[in-house]
Amino acid sequence: MNIRIVESDLDPADAVLDFTHPAGTPWMHEIKKGQIFRIIDLEGNQAVDTIFYNARDTQERYSLVHTMLAQTNLYLGVGTQIMSSEDRPMLTIIADTCGRHDTVGGGACSSESNTVRYALEKRFMHSCRDNYMLGIADHPAGLHKRDVVSNINFFMNVPMTPGGRLTFEDGISGPGKYIEMRAEMDILILISNCPQLNNPANGYNPTPLRYLVWDAPSAVAGAA
Amino acid sequence: MSTATTSPGAITTFESLPPLARSAVPDHSTSFSQDLVLWRERMPGGLHWSGLLRRGNSLRITALGDGANVSALFYNFEDRAERYNMPDTLKSQSTAYIRKGLVCYSDMGRVLCSVADSNCDWHDTIGGITDAAIVEKRYGVKRYQEQRNAMFRNARDGFLTQLGKWGLGKRDVVPNVNFFSKVEVNDNGDMSFVANHSREGDFVDLRFEMNTVVVLSTSQHRLDPNPNYDPKAVELVCWRSGTAGKDDPCRLSMPENGRGFINTERYYL
Repeated sequence: MNIRIVESDLDPADAVLDFTHPAGTPWMHEIKKGQIFRIIDLEGNQAVDTIFYNARDTQERYSLVHTMLAQTNLYLGVGTQIMSSEDRPMLTIIADTCGRHDTVGGGACSSESNTVRYALEKRFMHSCRDNYMLGIADHPAGLHKRDVVSNINFFMNVPMTPGGRLTFEDGISGPGKYIEMRAEMDILILISNCPQLNNPANGYNPTPLRYLVWDAPSAVAGAA
Repeated sequence: MSTATTSPGAITTFESLPPLARSAVPDHSTSFSQDLVLWRERMPGGLHWSGLLRRGNSLRITALGDGANVSALFYNFEDRAERYNMPDTLKSQSTAYIRKGLVCYSDMGRVLCSVADSNCDWHDTIGGITDAAIVEKRYGVKRYQEQRNAMFRNARDGFLTQLGKWGLGKRDVVPNVNFFSKVEVNDNGDMSFVANHSREGDFVDLRFEMNTVVVLSTSQHRLDPNPNYDPKAVELVCWRSGTAGKDDPCRLSMPENGRGFINTERYYL
């Protein structure tokens, strides 16, 4: 498997946002075109269930199919353009110290899919879909269940084999690994910091994430 | 003593359901027979279609040419916010493609339809659909103004046209199934279209376990390298199959699907 590690030289001290996100909760935040967004897997093997929307028109949103087709490859890495449902670039991945992020395999866990995958009795365990429902309930964008589309799972490892099987593998992420991306349009971010305890997605121990946002490099230079 | 009492730590299975719930499921599934046909329709290549398939009816789609492709989306008729969910379908069944014996899950953990039969062993789930830009780039332009109904069409516009008729739209275009098409990946995740995968006469039986709005497009597959605009026609045959029986291979193929059917059947009790 191709793993490309590219580090970033951005300094957290220059970030305009520095937020630590505990496991099992939703988070929504808007970033501007040109800003750079970093997700840090603080303790390792934490799935980051992420949906991006065009902040100006949330009908345009992350499309996993368009993202894969734009590069005719399943996996996300440095150089990947995260594509919208209108086949336009939303963000570009510019640094990555993990090397494997899931597209097709994970979706978001839900109480409903947990009943199918594990047992009907798992319905009452916390899930990403429940986080999403609560996250969008409060948001002025007026998001609806219809808008909670298939998402990216950063740091999760769900390879598709040449024979067509999907397997949930132990993550290859580790403490402090990160992924960094540049917004190509104004972006509304919706993240569930995954509470799944029924598979290795979070190493059976959901942990916090840290988010950093930097202004566009030209804006930083202009301010200096 | 009631057999319906749940004790702490008990795991629900079909056998542990109350008798009334079990008796709502037929003993056996029903195989295709001409006597059971309700309607037939020939769907030309490149076109779009939608309709309501009731719980207990099946849709047999038959390719009328080599290399046909049928892009499909599914929505619960009664609550259209519930729809086919690609990742839930794939991860629940540990597969990246659809075949006989598997089912199409909604986002609510229910079985919209099951693939009761098919002589085509791989139906694509990851290849997406064509749009106007792709069709123009690949095949050129044929407008209605000059070509009338021989104009070029694309799957996205076809989907949007049909979705609009059900009060749905852009927000509802989710990752779809491409029946009769195959997209492989290698160990690095590179995707490639497999040519000559399906043949004229190949079929798939979709047995609807829920009242389902079905949206179809017969546009060519987005990754089909054929330089010519040459989408193939299919035949649609709706037949009265009933729902999956107690002994149905889709239900019994894995414990996950057994639970998916319990969720689905509970919805209609």
